[in-house]
Amino acid sequence: MLSLEHVSKSYDTRHGRRQILKDISFTLARGRNIGILGRNGAGKSTLIRLISGAERPTSGRIRRGMRVSWPLAFAGTFAQHLTGLDNLKFVCRVYNVNYKTVLPFVEDFTELGPQLREPVMHYSHGMSARLAFALSMAIEFDCFLIDEAMVVGDARFHARCNDELFKKRKDRAFILVTHNAAQIREHCENAVVLCEGELLQFPTVAAAYDFYTSMPVAAPQIGAR
Amino acid sequence: MAEASTTSLADSFAIQWRVIRALFLRELITRFGRDNLGVLWLVGEPMLFTLGVTTLWSLAGLAHKGSGIPIVAFAVTGYSSVLMWRNSASQCTHAIEGNRPLLFHRSVQAIDVCLARIALEVTGATGSFIFLSSFFTYLGWMQPPDNIALVIEGWLMLAWFGASLALLIGAACVFSDLVHRLWQPVSYILFPMSGAAFMVDWMPKKMQGLVLYLPMVHGVELLRHGYFGTVVKTHYDLGYMAGFCLVLTLCAVYLVRVAGHRIEF
Repeated sequence: MLSLEHVSKSYDTRHGRRQILKDISFTLARGRNIGILGRNGAGKSTLIRLISGAERPTSGRIRRGMRVSWPLAFAGTFAQHLTGLDNLKFVCRVYNVNYKTVLPFVEDFTELGPQLREPVMHYSHGMSARLAFALSMAIEFDCFLIDEAMVVGDARFHARCNDELFKKRKDRAFILVTHNAAQIREHCENAVVLCEGELLQFPTVAAAYDFYTSMPVAAPQIGAR
Repeated sequence: MAEASTTSLADSFAIQWRVIRALFLRELITRFGRDNLGVLWLVGEPMLFTLGVTTLWSLAGLAHKGSGIPIVAFAVTGYSSVLMWRNSASQCTHAIEGNRPLLFHRSVQAIDVCLARIALEVTGATGSFIFLSSFFTYLGWMQPPDNIALVIEGWLMLAWFGASLALLIGAACVFSDLVHRLWQPVSYILFPMSGAAFMVDWMPKKMQGLVLYLPMVHGVELLRHGYFGTVVKTHYDLGYMAGFCLVLTLCAVYLVRVAGHRIEF
């Protein structure tokens, strides 16, 4: 069980304190999933970072009763001078996994071939994204955090990601945050809308979808994180 | 701020050990790579520094006339001690900021990235000290230590001081860039006062009292007491140095914790 209890997050900016998330509470049981819809700057990525444990809430409490992933396909943790393989080894050491057991999967999924043993700085965006996604899949998690904004790549990559995540791991829990309502309707059994830092609950995915798609387009927010 | 914790203390230690080991190896490859000598540079780099300083000091005849201390041993013990506190702290100035993306992994904490860098520096300086003193002893330019237990004690105290200082500097850099800018000149000025290039006993009484406020001076004196035995008269107060290090460690650990919570992505 993953639970958020009255979680708020503020940042100090040059224009004073800015509250990004206000009093957010929800729970997610093992094997279940939830989609969080929100426009740019609604606080989606901040929420994912808090749930992942990378950042701490200003107030409130997050309980992780299961193994929660880092934000999926996040390539930002790669050391550019190290090879893909070195980066794989690092992640495996941190999560206590023998890298040899996951290497075949990573080699197969990334299709990097000998490039896996080249420095990551020579990789294209697509190659980095494939490696990042493969690493997330190589470590066993009970709950995946998916920030759609972070997933880049072509149609084939997307199809393979969907296959790994939503078919092969359909017994796992996940939280999908996106501004794309169609995705939530396709993959999620529950949906909420994040609007100006507040979480709006809905009885069905369809209700959340209808609300979100009929929301007036807000003025662009400056300093979206 | 509370995070529900269901991990036992033993598990926490296991996780932290794993994380620091992973960071250590990652840092090792990132800094030294696999070209030419590769990771041997971890020891080679401080060794070259020490060799250079030893040559300079020998040419300059820095050792006190009639003190009975061979210059090579004086320089090796002195400069190796400097490496312990100065390099640890210098390497930590960018540790947290530079590894910020790694903090995305929940089990990787700000203190771990600092401790990994400190471990790297201590390993390098220790390897360099052991290698050089063994080599010079083999050549007959240095005598073996008079009391190896005291040498180890002094070395460990210097490591403790270096580690706590490095943690404090590393954390403080998160709050202000100024710390990084100031650390360079401060470490430069501290070097000649650190006891590396003099024995406290050579100083006038008044100066002795002043330099003995600096904790690393006690460590170097202890190290040299162990190395040279009664050939030299040494001045140190282990209680003072331990107390200083303890307070520094507590402040540093607290500050790293606050700094880790401050990190934003």
